[in-house]
This record gives sequence, structure tokens and C-alpha cells, in this order.
Amino acid sequence: MIHVKDNKCDFCGTCVAVCPVDAIELREADIRIIHETCIDCDICVWVCPIDVLESQDAQVSND
Amino acid sequence: MTDFDVIVVGGGPAGCIAAYESAKAGLKTIILEKDRDIGYPVRCAEAIGEDGLRKFMETDPQWVAATIKYAQLHSPEGTAIRLDLPIENGLILHRRLFDFALAQRAAEAGSEVQTKAYVDGLIISDDQVKGVNYQYFGEKRSLTAKIVIGADGVESRVGRMAGLRTALKLSDTGSGYQVSVANVDVEQDVIDFYFGSKLAPSGYLWIFPKGEGMANIGLGVVGKGVKDVLAKDLLDKFLADRFPKAAVLTAVAGGIPLAKTLKKISTNGLMLIGDAARMANPVSGGGIISGMVAGRIAGQVAAEAIRTGDLSEKGLKAFPARWHKEVGRDYAIAHRISNSIRDVTDDQFNKMARELKDLPPEKLHIRKVFATAAKHKPKILLDITRAFAHL
Repeated sequence: MIHVKDNKCDFCGTCVAVCPVDAIELREADIRIIHETCIDCDICVWVCPIDVLESQDAQVSND
Repeated sequence: MTDFDVIVVGGGPAGCIAAYESAKAGLKTIILEKDRDIGYPVRCAEAIGEDGLRKFMETDPQWVAATIKYAQLHSPEGTAIRLDLPIENGLILHRRLFDFALAQRAAEAGSEVQTKAYVDGLIISDDQVKGVNYQYFGEKRSLTAKIVIGADGVESRVGRMAGLRTALKLSDTGSGYQVSVANVDVEQDVIDFYFGSKLAPSGYLWIFPKGEGMANIGLGVVGKGVKDVLAKDLLDKFLADRFPKAAVLTAVAGGIPLAKTLKKISTNGLMLIGDAARMANPVSGGGIISGMVAGRIAGQVAAEAIRTGDLSEKGLKAFPARWHKEVGRDYAIAHRISNSIRDVTDDQFNKMARELKDLPPEKLHIRKVFATAAKHKPKILLDITRAFAHL
């Protein structure tokens, strides 16, 4: 599961550009991962220039 | 009756030119910009060639930060090769003012402009794009139109909403970070490019002057390398080493499309332009002029399609045809070059730079770089120089 770190994002849209399933919604200063659509490919995590996104274990989030 | 003839999604240079052309042709036109400002934030290194710009407008000194005469390439071990730009002038813009001027021009031609207008869906019926759903200051609205032009930048969601495949491959994506700094001593007529696997793996670092004591300093990491490094960390390290006294006045992240033009850039009722269509130069990442060229074509083709009444993909077929003829074909070649550049080792780069460095300055021009580069494989310096010289 992809997690957005607090207060870090610059809303540049690089993650949106590479997302193969259009699972990231980005407005002027608001970013959301659409978890139902996300396939956890992690491309957005790699490509983010400032390390905003992180991949977390699904189990952790299910707790 | 539709609300508008043409809706342009995105108020960057490509979108503003498209709206200008459309409005100038007498079409009822609106630009919808998701941010509250036209021209801000600036996610751009702000360099263009004046000869490219001249096809659109005269240069206004108000939005020129610096005028460039030389490009300087730095090899990984630190050899610098200085070259005359083979174009008239390079310009470093104040994009915020430049974009404002373009939007003003569109408005004066008759286009409406709305900021804080976030397009979150397309109106599609009978397999034809017929308008947009959007949020204006968070309030849900819809507008119908004969033609929608997607100029929504690297994110390129408008195309996706219409079923076009716009997702960038990792190998075609630059992960970029840039700062605008004060208190730096840089030559105001030189743009610098630094290469090397430690500095910017598979990409490059740039220093573009932005007026006395000021510069845009940024870098892009390309492809698989992004898994192991962070653009921001690399740039912070470079700044600490080279410009410890620099004050960061602006910091922006950004994705740089280094792809070929999308296979499909139009569908029934829709055209995609600029970064949204992956129309930037795949070697340098520069995309202002090419986006404006596409904007002009799209605006003109929209006018012609509306005049004839054929709003289908077929009715818009002059758009991809003209784009590929004017720019796209060259950039397809540049894309192949871009891929080969990424494989060049630090050693290869150092060797070529050393060889060129030994030449007397009067012999060091682009043709000599070509000859030297041609001896080695791949002919990297030439490709880089050519690509950057045309920004």
C-alpha cells in the first residue's frame, strides 16, 4: 500500500504521470492515492524527486 | 448549441497558444487552469531559443532574465568544453511573466480564462468528447464544447479520461528537482551542463543564469537509476560542495517527459498538446517552443474542423500529421539519441572531453565536436550539443 508522507509533497505530478492505472489524484495542493485502483507497482515511489511516497506493508495498514 | 467551441485544459504556454489561435479564428474559447495562478508554480528550467520564439512573438525584455551565448559541457572528471550556441540567442525566461503575457494575449484575442478550475472528468457520448466536468473553487460544474484540447502537462490525465494511453514509462521519465538561488557567482551568458553517474545518473545537472547573482540550478535523474537515488539529495550535495553560500529562494520538484510523442494524440473531439502529449525534446527535456508549436496547430485544426463540421478523429487528422512533420519526426530521432546517451560511461565521457579540451579555442566549434564524437561510440557530445543548443 502506498502512503503519502505528511507535509512533504510539492504537488508536481510526476507520480501521476507514471502511474499505469491512474490511481493518484492531485489538485493544487492535495494528493490522494486511490487504494482500490492502486496495484502497488511502486513506480511512483521510485520516481518521486523528493521522497514523498512510501510503500508500506498491507498488514500494517490492516491492523 | 455547446457552451464553448473550444475548451483548453491547462494554461501553460501550449494551452495559451492553442486558445489564442482558436479565439483569433473567431471561436468561443476558454482556458481552464487547475492552479490559482497562470504561470505559477514554475516547474521549468526556463530556457528557450529566441529563433523558436520569434515564430510566435517579439521578445519582451521584461520576461528575459538572461541572454545566452555559450553552452558549457562538464565531463564527470571536471573538464569543461565551451561552445558557441549555434542558434541566434538562448534566453532564460521569467516563466511566470512569460506565461502571463501568453495568457493575456489569448484573452485579448477573445478567450476566457478561469483559474482554480480542476477538470476531473470528460463528457463523452457516442464515443465523442463533448465537454468537461470540473470543479471551480471546489464547486462542481460542467461545460460542453465542440473540441477539447488537453494541455494539462506531464500528468496528462485528460488524455487518459478519453482512453488514450498517456502513462510515462519509467525509462522515459526524468525525476527532477530545481532551486532558484541567490548569492551565486555565475556567468550570465553561459548555460552549464554537468554529466556523470555520481552527479546525475543517466541524466544531467544544469546551471542557468537568471540575472546578476541568480541562477536556476537543477538536475534530472532518468530511468531505473531513480530507484537508488533521490534527485533532491543529489542537488543538495552539489549545492553544498559548489555553492555553499547560495540562498534557495524557490525549490520545485518536477517530472520531465523524455518520451516519443504519444502514439495517439487525438481522438473524436479531443487533441493533446505539449507535455501532455509527450512533445518535449527527449534529450534536453525542453518543451516550451514545441508545446507552443503544437498549440498553434491544434488551435488552427480546431477552427478548420468546426468550420467543416467534422469533429471526429478523422476531421482532426491534420493535427497529428502537421505535428509529426514540423517537430515530431525530429524528436523521434532525438528519443533514440536520448536512450543511447544514458548508456555512456563516465570513462567514455572523460576521454572525449579531454580530447576536445586540447584543441585551441578557435578550432573548438560544433563541427569539431562532431568529428571527435564520431570517432567514439556513441557520438554523445554531438548529440548532446545539438539537442541542448536547440533547447
